[in-house]
Amino acid sequence: MTVNAGTGMGKPFWLALAMAMALVAVGVLQSWNVALAILNLQLISAVMALGVNIQWGYGGLFNFGIMGFTALGGLAAVLVAMPPVPEAWAAGGGGMALAAVTMAGTAAAVWALHRLIKVKALRGPAVALVFVAGLALTRWFYGPSVAAIEAVDSSVTGFLGGLGLPIILSWLAGGVLAAAVAWVIGRITLGLQSDYLAIATLGISAALVAVLRNEDWLARGVKNVTTLPRPVPYEQDLHGQAWFIDLAGRVGMEPSLLSGIVVKALYALLFGVVLLVLFWLSHRALHSPWGRMMRAIRDNRDAAEAMGKDVTRRHLQVFVLGSAVVGIAGAMLVTLNGQFTPASYAPFRYTFLIWVMVIVGGSGNNGGAVLGGFLVWFLWVQAEVGGPWLITALTSGLQEDSPLRQHLLNVAPHTRQLLMGLILLVVLRLSPRGLLPEQSSKHSPGPQQIGTEPS
Amino acid sequence: MKQPSHPRPSPVDSKVVGATAETNRPPRPWRPPWWMAVGVALGLVVLALVSREGGGVNLLNALVRFANFVVIPGISYGSQLALGALGVTLIYAVMRFSDFAHGDTMAFGAMGVILTTRVLQGMGISAGPLPTALLALPFGILGAITLALVFDRAVYRFYRRQRAAPVTFVIASIGALFVTNGLVRLIIGPGDQRFADGVRFIFRVQEFKEMTGLSEGLALRTTQVITLAVAVIVVLGLFLFLNRTSLGKAMRAYADNEDLALLSGINPERVALWTWIIAATLATIAGTLYGLDKSFKPFTYFQLLLPIFASAIVGGIGKPLGAIAGGFVVAFSEIAFTYPYRKILGYLGFETDSLVQLLSTDYKFAVSFIILVVVLIWRPRGIFQGRLV
Repeated sequence: MTVNAGTGMGKPFWLALAMAMALVAVGVLQSWNVALAILNLQLISAVMALGVNIQWGYGGLFNFGIMGFTALGGLAAVLVAMPPVPEAWAAGGGGMALAAVTMAGTAAAVWALHRLIKVKALRGPAVALVFVAGLALTRWFYGPSVAAIEAVDSSVTGFLGGLGLPIILSWLAGGVLAAAVAWVIGRITLGLQSDYLAIATLGISAALVAVLRNEDWLARGVKNVTTLPRPVPYEQDLHGQAWFIDLAGRVGMEPSLLSGIVVKALYALLFGVVLLVLFWLSHRALHSPWGRMMRAIRDNRDAAEAMGKDVTRRHLQVFVLGSAVVGIAGAMLVTLNGQFTPASYAPFRYTFLIWVMVIVGGSGNNGGAVLGGFLVWFLWVQAEVGGPWLITALTSGLQEDSPLRQHLLNVAPHTRQLLMGLILLVVLRLSPRGLLPEQSSKHSPGPQQIGTEPS
Repeated sequence: MKQPSHPRPSPVDSKVVGATAETNRPPRPWRPPWWMAVGVALGLVVLALVSREGGGVNLLNALVRFANFVVIPGISYGSQLALGALGVTLIYAVMRFSDFAHGDTMAFGAMGVILTTRVLQGMGISAGPLPTALLALPFGILGAITLALVFDRAVYRFYRRQRAAPVTFVIASIGALFVTNGLVRLIIGPGDQRFADGVRFIFRVQEFKEMTGLSEGLALRTTQVITLAVAVIVVLGLFLFLNRTSLGKAMRAYADNEDLALLSGINPERVALWTWIIAATLATIAGTLYGLDKSFKPFTYFQLLLPIFASAIVGGIGKPLGAIAGGFVVAFSEIAFTYPYRKILGYLGFETDSLVQLLSTDYKFAVSFIILVVVLIWRPRGIFQGRLV
């Protein structure tokens, strides 16, 4: 099917319809609960893919640190929505504040010394001295406060808690937190070119997640925060009420089943609104003078620089914006799960899979990124179910207790990694610009040039 | 605004800029740091003087503890990282992209070795005091080479012929990462595998204590010695190959200047073929040594990607010697920053209550990245002035 990208809605419409049909098929064949659960994560994945698309598709930035920004969004959900723990604040709040002040002071002193001392031979030792002294001072305040905070009822709290605000505010906070951290990271790393930036951000995101895993006073680390409030009603509250039971009777469904569906549908509604707003904003941004400038920088950085565009600043801007969108998605994800589990952040799921979504969907095209998010998440989930099914079918000739069959059935869920890799390689080969390619004007480069710089 | 710490590509072709920068500022030659050795010796003397009663013995105890917990693990981990980083740096030099699938290639090769080891053990074949895995190594290498060549033929060659941008290769390597990872998990499963056999220790802590009469012990595991020995042999072989054989010279020429190499009749397909063969061999050896030393788990190998990249970049990407230096720098920093020094300081006369640990061990992987970021900012081309990406 060849539909000219300029002439209409043909291909996107049919692909979206096919996706919707697939979800309906899951609803009919498996259950509506499963279909809605997939839809919710598809919506979140689509938001994440939008964020990556802003960085990679508009700006050509190779950010492999998506996992870190997702986790920061999750942290924001904890910090905004959990009730504060006054005992912990009383025990170690002051010490933590002092540690924060000394740390900021050290950073400021190092920065100032770096600026002020002109003699190169003196600068290194002076900075090192201040750094070590500041670190020692910070640790002196930090160590006892951490111990005090983590000792406060450590099986339930043992952390400072949050602000106790409605969790829906955390979506915004997640974006802001991710943007703030992205600004710092961007200032450090955006001088680097493609591969180096990818490696540096991959490492920084691993370091960020390591911090979240180990700093128990912040968000309980691997002890997890499991009792996050929800923006939607609880199932058990719903199906206890008379009007709901009445409604269930009219629809002809068990109240317990219907309540699950209603709750998931409410989540889907909230996520859908966020996705639509972000999609509209990024669509407007891409088709504005700013979007044209970003694409110009991506396609020929040197020419754009010669035209007087401040490439480094634009890169920083687009890096911060994209990370903020990913942070929003991270907060939504934790809201949906109702818990923050730092150990669950793995680069496969939260960095590379999102990249597969963007590349498969079509980098530079917002609709493509969203479609990629929907499609790839659908396949990722269904492959986990489909893998064992396929292997059962394939090995039906073998004996029931054959060791090969047992082994294959045990590892069958891992076929999805293989499947994702193959999909990525096939799409990259046959349709290198994704399923929904960037809508090109006559000035755009040829289809092969998906990179930031000519080889 | 702050001046960028990194030469920004100017509107001229960046290769040309790199070349002029090189002629203006020739890379500093590597000088053996004599002053460092003198400093270390002086420091030891001072420490011996300040150590409390029986200074010499306490100093020896401190040194033995340091060797046991920092130096020996650092050397074996450093060798493993160096072998991994050599593969990454070779692929980078010749193919001009960072291979994100390298960690999983290591896992794939090690998996071949483990499966062959199990077969050999089943047949009753063993290498005596040495681990059976050494006998199985060639089979694992063959497996990894097959995988690498399949990827090259099916994926990378297409983009090479198109002269696609490096980012396309990187994205393709992520596809390869997913596929390899899926294959490893499908074939051997995601769990932990231990396959070290033979004699475990060359000497144990207890034997060392009895032998020397010190209160601190030193243990030397067979796998640590094997790691170092194999790494030295492999690295010597690789350098002989790169410097003495016509194929190695062709590879270096191709890495230095692709167009010139093509003009002088070097066959790029042959160079690519041998690069993959060597990289897969190095990956299998590194993966097997790491698995013997610690244990084999697919996810750990994926995580190894981070320190390996750090090693390659810290040393200067594209420079084999740099990969080795980088491997040791990263390995020693990871261990030295996360080791609690309380007991060592206690021997030297500084009693403290705190662990004197700079960072908790959980931040091990973070250390390699702090080093990486610091190096990228202050010396973007690494210790050995590698290629600027």
